[in-house]
Amino acid sequence: MKSFIRLLLVISLFSSCKNNPTTISSFEGKRIPIDSQLSEDEEINDFIAPYKQNLDKTMDSVLAYNPKLLTKSDGDLNTAIGNFMADAVMEQANPVFQSRTGKEIDFVLLNNGGIRAQLPSGGLTMKKIYELMPFENEIVIVELTGKDVKDMLQYLSKAKTAHPVSGIELRADRNYKIYKASIDGQPIDENKHYFVATSDYLQQGGDNMNFFANPVEVYSVDYKIRNALIDYLKKTDTLRARIDNRYIRE
Amino acid sequence: MKRRDFIQTTSAAGLFVGLGGLSSLSFQSPGKHLTILHTNDVHSHIGPFGPNDGRNANMGGVARRAALIEKIRQENPNTLLLDAGDIFQGTPYFNFYGGELEFKLMSKMRYDAATIGNHDFDNGIDGLYAQLPHASFDFICSNYDFSNTVMDGHTKDHKIFNKDGIKIGVFGLGVELQGLVNQKLYKETKYLDPMEIATDMASKLKNEEKCDLVIALSHMGYDYKNSTISDVKLAQKTNNIDLIIGGHTHTFLDRPTVLKNKSGKNVIVNQVGCYGLYLGRLDYYFDEEQNLKTKGYSIQV
Repeated sequence: MKSFIRLLLVISLFSSCKNNPTTISSFEGKRIPIDSQLSEDEEINDFIAPYKQNLDKTMDSVLAYNPKLLTKSDGDLNTAIGNFMADAVMEQANPVFQSRTGKEIDFVLLNNGGIRAQLPSGGLTMKKIYELMPFENEIVIVELTGKDVKDMLQYLSKAKTAHPVSGIELRADRNYKIYKASIDGQPIDENKHYFVATSDYLQQGGDNMNFFANPVEVYSVDYKIRNALIDYLKKTDTLRARIDNRYIRE
Repeated sequence: MKRRDFIQTTSAAGLFVGLGGLSSLSFQSPGKHLTILHTNDVHSHIGPFGPNDGRNANMGGVARRAALIEKIRQENPNTLLLDAGDIFQGTPYFNFYGGELEFKLMSKMRYDAATIGNHDFDNGIDGLYAQLPHASFDFICSNYDFSNTVMDGHTKDHKIFNKDGIKIGVFGLGVELQGLVNQKLYKETKYLDPMEIATDMASKLKNEEKCDLVIALSHMGYDYKNSTISDVKLAQKTNNIDLIIGGHTHTFLDRPTVLKNKSGKNVIVNQVGCYGLYLGRLDYYFDEEQNLKTKGYSIQV
């Protein structure tokens, strides 16, 4: 049927350059699938080989041991895999932020959609972390007012999603509405500013996290989320990621 | 329709393909033949996809693309090979080698030119600049002003290719970077209005340089529901562009789109999705104007 659709249409000529005797008489266009029926250029394969070997070697290197499969659907409002990511961002980014500004990160907020793969049990390879976090997103520290943080709580109440957090305790009722939030055991103070670590993607409006849109300040730490995860795992022998009470519902 | 007619039609079309496309149409025999091959949004895909990769399974791969390009070049040495940007980012090859391998392979495949996509800034404009020694092809971009950046003088705002006496003028159009790319990455690259630039460039290439074919190599995107400038809008709102080879929106077109420009003349728009899953092939046949019996050019898509 496809061949049948290939119609031959005669359409009016365009001949805008009269001084030039050469003009288009006909046109044919198509796309050619690059599939396994095509032969391979062996010289190209040989050229790629050392790059691939070196890459595979690094990608297959084991960063840490993971005792059990971690997926983003294994918890209600917090998951072991999300907790690992948010905790790693907190632990890795805070010293950089501290040394640059003298301030401390209050809490971390990432997005559930940013958990791009599960982590299998066994040795966690570099490759798995690239699958978990394929994007180049950087950690940014967003200075928010207490009011912005309250807007964030409303966002989370509506999202009803296990967006990864670290450094903040959230309690929601049966209908996901957050009725209690505390940082270091203290309730959110509308007159205070908070330093929230997140990704540049979310700060710039990703996942409609609009409470990040007009911050007091955005601080860069020049640290990619993936690199923070890798660095965190490199110093970890066995990953102890678990579901806990940081964000729960009645 | 009757089954018998259908079979006849398909077998006739099959015969065209078997004989090498339109070259089998005998009335063009004295003319010239230009083949344009193109890719877009390859995103650092070097090897083919694996068997468990869903709809992309077992597709793509640079070694296959290279062999196919070479085969087509042997059929027709008058071949132009173009890429519409977003060469970088998408596999660990980019994370590890910063785009070196992508540029080296494109050079080996003898790409003639590429335009710059938003993801080509992913390692910063300095990261792009650092890989330029690995690219033997030109970067054509007409609406990014790189004057205050390291890229200054390393791109062309247009290039004219000559294949068997056919003059092909190519200019490049990039997407608006603000809101799409962190400003820290593109630094002081200035985005200029693509409609204005395209109007000027196409007129210059067609009317002053007397190009037989004017190509916009675009990373603006195929089309949008809102008023954002796109390849389709550009095609319809300008004159003097014959062909727009696009990218950015990862649009898989089964066949090129044929549109009318502001003066009612044909503009072809094509884009081949992403990740090197397809190669676009466009064949243009040219003739001396006086040899053409009819004031028409046939289109087979």
